[in-house]
Amino acid sequence: MMARVPVSVASSKLIYGALKDCGVRIISALPETWLVHLIRMAEDDPEMTLVRLAKEEEGVGISAGAHFAGVKSAMLMQNHGFLAAINGIVSFAHLYRIPLLMLISARGTFGERDPWQTQGGNVTEPVLRALGIPFERLDSPAAVDRRIRQARTLSDSSLQPVALLLERDLMWEE
Amino acid sequence: MLRIDCLREIYADLEGCLVVTIMGAVAAELQSLGHRPNHFYLQHAMGLASSTGLGLALALPKHKVVVLDGDGSILMNLGSFSTMARYRPANLVHIVFDNESLLSVGGFPTATSAGTDLAEIARAAGIPRTRTVRTCAEFADESHAALRGNELTTLVAKVEAAGPPTFLTDLQLLENRFQFQRHIASLAKR
Repeated sequence: MMARVPVSVASSKLIYGALKDCGVRIISALPETWLVHLIRMAEDDPEMTLVRLAKEEEGVGISAGAHFAGVKSAMLMQNHGFLAAINGIVSFAHLYRIPLLMLISARGTFGERDPWQTQGGNVTEPVLRALGIPFERLDSPAAVDRRIRQARTLSDSSLQPVALLLERDLMWEE
Repeated sequence: MLRIDCLREIYADLEGCLVVTIMGAVAAELQSLGHRPNHFYLQHAMGLASSTGLGLALALPKHKVVVLDGDGSILMNLGSFSTMARYRPANLVHIVFDNESLLSVGGFPTATSAGTDLAEIARAAGIPRTRTVRTCAEFADESHAALRGNELTTLVAKVEAAGPPTFLTDLQLLENRFQFQRHIASLAKR
């Protein structure tokens, strides 16, 4: 059963609403604690197709297929999942100019208690920069709607992956 | 059995489908029979052809989607079997040409040369219809049944490790990608 964890329902609702408002109809995801409400919202929404993955790199293919079909999609993953998806991002999304809207929970930053999450936190931003992926941090509820809309717009106009880092102050209520 | 003979067998049927291929020999051989705008050749990102087919099949449930995969590619993304099986789109046909070899890099043997059975992996992952075929006649029967049927199928075709002399064609990657997308958009307008 889902453990009672202090993940922000209010912020999750804001994020989910923003994704819906900018036309996202397919979401690929791999569960991680900060994403549990978002994944449940996608699952409960008859207008949304949720694709639960075995590994995050599959999501690049799902989003590419959806894009070819004219359907907007988003990817929900932890930063370790982003690291697991890099070859797909480079040798599919970059090579073939595929827009990806990646929402990445930024684990392993200040406040992280789980020792196993801490290395990913150190390298996520440098790797995003090395890959030339435009990204912004999302740490305030007030900015959620606009930032997600802006990310979607840039991804569609530039035909490239963009990332939003879901930060602890937005996702974790403790 | 040669892969090119299998491709000849289904070439006419592919015209009405959305086709995603892997890189290398599969892409080059299908193009040698004649490129069409409904073909997308994923010339890298090994393993993701099946994921792309799944994304297409879920987004376009009224269109038949055919993935032309290979043993080397699907072995890099075995989880894709479980994801396809979980959503089991009835409009998706997954054909795996298993030559037991990473042919394009010099013919190094893959795990299927040592006994790994891809159709059994697919079946155990939950793919509702799985077959392994070893002759052109079997491939013809099973591929036509899958293409005309209405059930997620993984068809493993055991083929010789032989391919064209070059994998380069004059079709640019981005040209192919935008043509494919426009072709799908034109289907929606019909």
